[in-house]
Amino acid sequence: MTPSATQPANEIPIRGRTLIRRHSLAVRITHWINVLCISVLIMSGLQIFNAHPELYWGQYGADADPSIISLGAERDGETVKGVTRIGDLSFTTTGVLGASIINGELRPRGFPTWATLPSYRDLAEGRRWHFFFAWLFVINGVVYLLYGFFAGHFRRDLAPRKSELSPGHIAHEVIEHARLRFPKGEAARNYNVLQKLAYLGVIFVLLPAMVMTGLTMSPGMDAALPWLVDLFGGRQSARTIHFISASLIVAFILVHLAMVLLSGVFNNLRSMITGRYAIDSEGKST
Amino acid sequence: MSSILNRRRFLIGSGVAASAGLLAGCDILPGNDTVADILGLGEKLTMASQRFLLSDQALAREFTEADLSPVFKSNGTHKPDSDEYDALLANGFADWRLEVSGLVTQPLSLSLADLKAMPARTQITRHDCVEGWSAIGQWTGVPLGLVLKAAGLKTNARYVVFHCADEYEQTLDGSGQYYESIDLVDAFHPQTILAYGMNGKDLPVENGAPLRLRVERQLGYKQAKYLMRLEIVESFANFYRGKGGFWEDRGYEWYAGV
Repeated sequence: MTPSATQPANEIPIRGRTLIRRHSLAVRITHWINVLCISVLIMSGLQIFNAHPELYWGQYGADADPSIISLGAERDGETVKGVTRIGDLSFTTTGVLGASIINGELRPRGFPTWATLPSYRDLAEGRRWHFFFAWLFVINGVVYLLYGFFAGHFRRDLAPRKSELSPGHIAHEVIEHARLRFPKGEAARNYNVLQKLAYLGVIFVLLPAMVMTGLTMSPGMDAALPWLVDLFGGRQSARTIHFISASLIVAFILVHLAMVLLSGVFNNLRSMITGRYAIDSEGKST
Repeated sequence: MSSILNRRRFLIGSGVAASAGLLAGCDILPGNDTVADILGLGEKLTMASQRFLLSDQALAREFTEADLSPVFKSNGTHKPDSDEYDALLANGFADWRLEVSGLVTQPLSLSLADLKAMPARTQITRHDCVEGWSAIGQWTGVPLGLVLKAAGLKTNARYVVFHCADEYEQTLDGSGQYYESIDLVDAFHPQTILAYGMNGKDLPVENGAPLRLRVERQLGYKQAKYLMRLEIVESFANFYRGKGGFWEDRGYEWYAGV
């Protein structure tokens, strides 16, 4: 799947377009397993969060201790209202966060039923799904990392070139993206620098942070790897970072899906399923 | 009101039905026993890998008095709801006995004074609730291993079952009685103690008086409160619903190392 300037023999231009091989089989399979794992992990994670919808900083934190983020419910006359609090700021979020409809009735609940797995309150079930898919996610991630390093995927496709990292080039890409003008022709053969940086950030920062902060919430692993808890400033800090990292991953997914939709949903989906991606063979660049 | 199903109503109706179906669909798998068995592999992998990574003696982090939680949350039962417990409490637990029975060569019946006369261990540790909160407390008690040695384990002994004074859920078959179990690896861990003291005082009622278990490398629900009887067994399959503990019988992991 090496993209190159010279046209490989298996690339056939048809009506001004060339189908190139974009994603290797290993990337495609690990991508879709990741989609499954992260979807289940987020939804079951919200179920687990709902068991105690408050976040703290430091070694400990329970009801009597000051939280830094909470999704709470307050009495509001005959009914309840949802209140989301971040530090000293608080927002009324009735219906979505803090309190939402359960069986036709507004009740205290961190995240609403449609966002959690299972939809009904069941911490044990949520944990069972979370830990099984965490194992699958880690195994899949290790396979991807081994492939990425040894097959040259990271070096070839994700490592930014020096010229791409110049502030001028990055600024240009940001403006082009903001105007929804995506690379065409030869330039579309490779990821642009914003894609590279976003993917590298997710692969080497956010997802490892999820796994490591996840491990620190295990009292067994804390005895095995005490330095890991210290790295995040305590078990409750690690839990908070776990939640913040998950929020950043959700933000990444939203932008990622928006980009897929805006830059050609059919072409992008085909390339992630069959590996084939169509580029403008005239090499026109707008 | 017209009974004709117009297009708009039909669309709204089918939309609601579809989303209800979707939500129900999301909940079919979580309720399924086969799915639960497959997902249960996660717990087996976790236990196997932790037992591999963690030496039997590796200690949970111990803290200093400066790290103690200002308020140690009391969770689950705050006071067992029985006349028997009330009578024990009224008498300052002078009549309370810890029975040690099952696969032992010497069944024991220990008073609180007997336990306090044994070598003690004090540790300041973090308690992690399965719900997500943590609290740091200081515990004083007798290492469980010493009690087990005094009782003498038979060769087929594998688990210690902890029978508690509190009935956490009212059920007809008595399966709401709180109980827990650990294996001998955890039972002989140096930080596994039968605690009668907390934060320098006698263990308060809301935290499990007169005696509770501390098994520091596991979650809060393993730290059984209001201990009455230890039963050494080869298998816990015949207790209540067979999963080895009150919360385990309700779907939680038996190995609560995570």
